[in-house]
Amino acid sequence: MFAPDRSKYPEIVDGKPVVDLDSEKYVKIWHGPQHPGITGNMSLELTLCGDEVVECKTHVGYLHRGFEKLMERRTWIQNFPVVCRIAVPEPAFNEYLYAAGLEELAGIQPPERAQWIRNLNLEMMRLASFMAWLGGQAGAFGMGTIGQWTITHRDYLLDLFEEMTGGRIYHMYMIPGGVRAGLPDGFEARLEAVLQKCEKLLEEIELVLLNNAVFKSRAVGLGYIDKEMIDRYGITGPNQRACGIKRDLRKDAPYLVYDQLDFEVITGTASDAYERTVVRYHEMHQCIDLIRQILARMPNDGPFHHPLPNVLHWRIPPGETYVKAECTRGEKGYYIVSDGSQYPRRICIRGPSYTHAFPVMEKLAIGTDIADIAGLMVSLHTYPPEIER
Amino acid sequence: MKQLFERLQPLFAVSDFKKQHGDLAFLRIPKEHAEMLIRHLRDHEGFSHLVFFTAVDYIEDGVFRLIYMLHDYGTKNTLGVHVDIARENATMTSIHELWAQAALYQRELKEMFGIDFPGSPGVDEDFMLEGWDEIPPMRREFDTKAYAEKTFFPRPGRKSTEPRTHMQEQLYPNRQGGPDGGEK
Repeated sequence: MFAPDRSKYPEIVDGKPVVDLDSEKYVKIWHGPQHPGITGNMSLELTLCGDEVVECKTHVGYLHRGFEKLMERRTWIQNFPVVCRIAVPEPAFNEYLYAAGLEELAGIQPPERAQWIRNLNLEMMRLASFMAWLGGQAGAFGMGTIGQWTITHRDYLLDLFEEMTGGRIYHMYMIPGGVRAGLPDGFEARLEAVLQKCEKLLEEIELVLLNNAVFKSRAVGLGYIDKEMIDRYGITGPNQRACGIKRDLRKDAPYLVYDQLDFEVITGTASDAYERTVVRYHEMHQCIDLIRQILARMPNDGPFHHPLPNVLHWRIPPGETYVKAECTRGEKGYYIVSDGSQYPRRICIRGPSYTHAFPVMEKLAIGTDIADIAGLMVSLHTYPPEIER
Repeated sequence: MKQLFERLQPLFAVSDFKKQHGDLAFLRIPKEHAEMLIRHLRDHEGFSHLVFFTAVDYIEDGVFRLIYMLHDYGTKNTLGVHVDIARENATMTSIHELWAQAALYQRELKEMFGIDFPGSPGVDEDFMLEGWDEIPPMRREFDTKAYAEKTFFPRPGRKSTEPRTHMQEQLYPNRQGGPDGGEK
């Protein structure tokens, strides 16, 4: 495992570094919660020795709204406007997982067409979320223009979401039993036009970002994740795949119609911030490919929703389940417990950021230059709402 | 998964095996053997991934049910280990040595449910609720509405309306009777 030279770091007693701020050797600064280089409302408490970080502590709580508690006091169907707010850039995964969990407990099988539409929605969401991340990753290294481009292209995708679901950010589209509506007329052609724009953008991104000497010199070697850390820290998603481990829930535990789609798990080797960028970059191309496959194969008629009982008085049979999906950051899961009443007994949301933003970030930050902290943090792709559920 | 349960039965006091679907199952173990079982599952059965660790409050039975969700990347099985602990002075053995993120889950459980994990690093530090002095909020007896009314008291001049009565007044101002117009 990566063991830094600790001679210039503070002494560690009982697992904690002893930092004497009066010694004038260290300075403590806050990175966030209001900082362009932080991924949302969270902050890092950094202790610096010169430009080098010797201690990092993640702080959350700035947007704790108690989602899990709120959900225990609302009926099953009332929770739909709640779940999508748990990861702002990609709410669809929350909608899908909550719906899939309820379907499993209630014994509902959504129609095939609904599964294809859900899969299309999730892959579009993945592409939109990666667009937002890519802008952040480039911006963290001082290339703000790329952020303008990617946010524009994310907006093109949001336009399509608006057409498809009625909402740009929060869709509340995937409900138990299927989806709320089919695709609008001519949607496929408009989606294809946006995909072509995205492909063109990705070509440019390759030239200006992946082959950029400044980006390379700063991102290569930054935030190296050792293979031994993967299971010990519970790392999933592109952060895991960038170190060569071929694990992807879409392949390992296929859900929706992923078993009918043709794709390979994308991996890297170097396991640093640059490699993670490359892996996600290729996954964006993969998204575009998967969307095209779905459009070509999905059934165009048939029901998109299985009838439900009166949802205002809906009681889910007692039981518990855990459903999971591969979101852009890794394994996202919903653990749902029903006691047979109209309200959930407990819902626990497993978000990949929980471990990526805390133990992983706190470990990787040590020894990093203060200027690279923002780039490191974005390269782990963390979203605070799924920590503070 | 059933075979796994049969292998574990002679070694640990496991019970209540339940298969939820293809690769997800749950089992139960008494509190005092839980840490040993989890260590065994990680080291000898391939459950190397701690998916999450949480609790469910069964206030009517006076217990917290801890759920250790473990995943085996080899067989692609997921196993939920249930451990019931008493609600009064709830404590549990820490598993922070097994997984790096376990200490964080334990810190959250201490804050949200009041379950103590002696020896777990930073378990007493505030996680999300800085300066919280009420009972742990994820406990079932914590009343969010009462807390909100007490903490965020109405500003002078602010009028609070019950939605049903308000709409009744807006739509049918001349109608007599209760909220439903006395027709029910």
